[in-house]
Amino acid sequence: MMDFDRDSMLEMFIFEMSQQIDQLEGTIVQSESEYNSDQINEIFRIMHTIKGSSAMMMYDSIASVAHSIEDLFYYLREENPTDIDYARLSDYVLSGMDFIKAELGKIQGGNAADGDGTALSTAIENYLVEIKEHTTPEEAPAPTPPPAPERVQQVTDTAVGGNHKYQAKIHFQDGCEMENIRAFTFVHNLQEVATDIEHTPENVIDEKAIAYIRKNGFGVQFSSIFGHSHISEHIAQTIYLKSFTLETISATASVETIKATPAPKPAPAPLPIEEPVITSIDPFPVATTSTDSTEQAERKAGSTSQMINVNVNKLDSLLNLLGELVIAEAMVTQNSELEGLQLDSFHKEASNLNKIISELRQIAVTLRMLPLSATFLKMRRVVRDMSRQLNKEVDLEIAGEETEVDKNIIEQMADPILHIIRNSLDHGVESPEERIAAGKPPTATVRLEAMNAGGDVVITIQDDGRGIDTEKVLKKARESGLTNKPDHEYTDKEIQQFLFVPGFSTNDEVTAFSGRGVGMDVVHSNLEFVGGTVLVDSSPGEGTTFTLKIPLTLAIIEGMGIMVAGVQYTIPIANIIKSFKANAADLFKDPDGNEMITNRSDVFNVVRLHEFFNIQGAITDIEEGMLVMLENGERVICLLVDKLVGQQQVVVKPIPSYFRKVRGLGGCTLLGNGDVSLIIDVAGFYDN
Amino acid sequence: MALSSYDRLNETAEDTLANQFLTFTIDGEDYGLEVAYVKEIKQMIPITKVPQMPDYIEGILNLRGELIGVINMRTRFGKPFREYDEESCIIVIVFGDFTLGVIVDAIQETVFISEANIAPPPNAKLNNSNHFVRNIGMVNDEVKLLLDLEKFLAIED
Repeated sequence: MMDFDRDSMLEMFIFEMSQQIDQLEGTIVQSESEYNSDQINEIFRIMHTIKGSSAMMMYDSIASVAHSIEDLFYYLREENPTDIDYARLSDYVLSGMDFIKAELGKIQGGNAADGDGTALSTAIENYLVEIKEHTTPEEAPAPTPPPAPERVQQVTDTAVGGNHKYQAKIHFQDGCEMENIRAFTFVHNLQEVATDIEHTPENVIDEKAIAYIRKNGFGVQFSSIFGHSHISEHIAQTIYLKSFTLETISATASVETIKATPAPKPAPAPLPIEEPVITSIDPFPVATTSTDSTEQAERKAGSTSQMINVNVNKLDSLLNLLGELVIAEAMVTQNSELEGLQLDSFHKEASNLNKIISELRQIAVTLRMLPLSATFLKMRRVVRDMSRQLNKEVDLEIAGEETEVDKNIIEQMADPILHIIRNSLDHGVESPEERIAAGKPPTATVRLEAMNAGGDVVITIQDDGRGIDTEKVLKKARESGLTNKPDHEYTDKEIQQFLFVPGFSTNDEVTAFSGRGVGMDVVHSNLEFVGGTVLVDSSPGEGTTFTLKIPLTLAIIEGMGIMVAGVQYTIPIANIIKSFKANAADLFKDPDGNEMITNRSDVFNVVRLHEFFNIQGAITDIEEGMLVMLENGERVICLLVDKLVGQQQVVVKPIPSYFRKVRGLGGCTLLGNGDVSLIIDVAGFYDN
Repeated sequence: MALSSYDRLNETAEDTLANQFLTFTIDGEDYGLEVAYVKEIKQMIPITKVPQMPDYIEGILNLRGELIGVINMRTRFGKPFREYDEESCIIVIVFGDFTLGVIVDAIQETVFISEANIAPPPNAKLNNSNHFVRNIGMVNDEVKLLLDLEKFLAIED
């Protein structure tokens, strides 16, 4: 049974950990110059949670790294030292997080988390010792901290040695699921501060415990050398905590009820009649911080309860079913048996059904949409790390991060944005000295912005650096044999396109960030993959702007149906400029056999789809067929097809994985009559 | 406790499928495929051709909204293509991660073949076609060629 649970627990564990880490990364990078007490508290709390969950899942390396960071922030929180090198502190936390992320990645991939975090935790521990030594008594607002471990110090200001016996009752939030596991974690965490732990129900691993804990709460009895306030603070950090009571059971003990929910409820139980041994003397006033932190936790829980996390597979099957619904509807309402019948009210109801289904489909598509914020915020970290290593000063401005895009597209966009930002920082942005010499402020600004523009999302990445050196790019292109006409015939735009050629780099030296020539071609290929385009605009000395235009969603596109040899293919409308009947006289061939056509005094390459795909039985006479002018980025071709069928919205599905990739095919879709139509990938028609 | 009952359930489920074979004909020969891999059997329905594929790949089929690849077992075995008739069927098989349709000449039945009646094919590689056959099963003195799905599904050009 444990094996069963482990999968769902692991999934939950990975999910919670990733959320915590994302949140943490955001906090750190935003507040790097100085942490305020809220942020220190938050980092401490997150690290505490990470430590607890990973120890529970037996990922000791993660737990020990998290533990060392937790200790560090515990000290910061308690002692408030003033002269902290925050940049260095952030480095430690970030490298700790990188370690945890790497381990999580391994776990997610089904591998053992075998990383060794000892060196890192030792470094962090040493750093803590260093801070402690550094903090002089007069700087610390608290009484002189003894060099002993901070936990002991806590004891001195709460309890004076000796064992207290406590009894606690924990209630978890409704719907937090797996209460028994949470209880188990709770006990595990409690072991840090308590001994002789006994709990009801005794066997938390048994699933029956879930129902019991939901109904009655989780009862714990334990002994501890710590005082009431310290214990209640410790308990308050439990994740998914709804409320808890903590009672001291000994001659000199107290009753304390702390409610996490601010909702009015009878005030803390008066004298508990059912527990006559308990006296009402409370020598340890409840630390206000504990209530604060639980309230904070509650607020957080409140703000996230508006969102639910859904497995993408479920959403995908919902979309699949909706696609079927659309087809089924067409099959019913356009059924051939209805032909010639007088069906006024049927058609009225059918059109109502049609309206509902199309609305449903529109909503379903938005379910897969996510804001770009997570992708954008990750760039803060990139900019931070790079600017420090390159000794450049860079401000990253982010705007429009709430813009929503299909999840698949977001995944495809993360790399392009990363590469462009790296490129900007490495090549575009000058060193502070250079900038001052050029009359610019020493701190460069990189602006990352997203906005909706019709059916597309436009992401711009703009820097105020030195701009693209077109001469250098052209020279490099010539050396790499990419040019095919005299230099002076190249426009700036054409030259800038060289940046997207695979392997192209103007950096002679390979640095940690760029120079290998991978990167900008990834930008181009990922954008092509999602049917988007990239434009560069650069002015020397003033900066460079990259504009990425991407479709809102991959799932549904406007398509044009075309026929070739009786089979219907679909071309994304976004790629179509126009269609026209050709005149055989406008057609000519170059010596290599490439067909071209003149249209309105421009010359275009002609691709015959039946030749490209090697299809028999298609129309071969160019005057009989139809030419469709297609663009992909800057490049335009004319495609010969038999005829056009008409425009319709189609749900894009991948080509079954059994097939190898075919150039020129981007996916497939279901037509209204249930037939499968292949979707043309226009990018596939161009030579690389 | 929960574990053992689940295991038992699993075992019995497997027991009922083990050594059960769906038999079908291709070019006069009888073949068998483990029932555990068979999702369903469909009558012939229109299949969309995919260009640039080996001959034996028939195309893509709409299986209630799921798009699956279809291969023709005759041409896969190097036999000449034959027009489909009312006996032609598509066996939908699920193997690992993917679902695939396989066109056969005609479906026969499901039979149980005990281990004792299953033997590996003769060693002599007289021609290259028996690499799709993993075992040979005997049912009432009739030979059924039991397919090796893994080799059968691998794409060759």
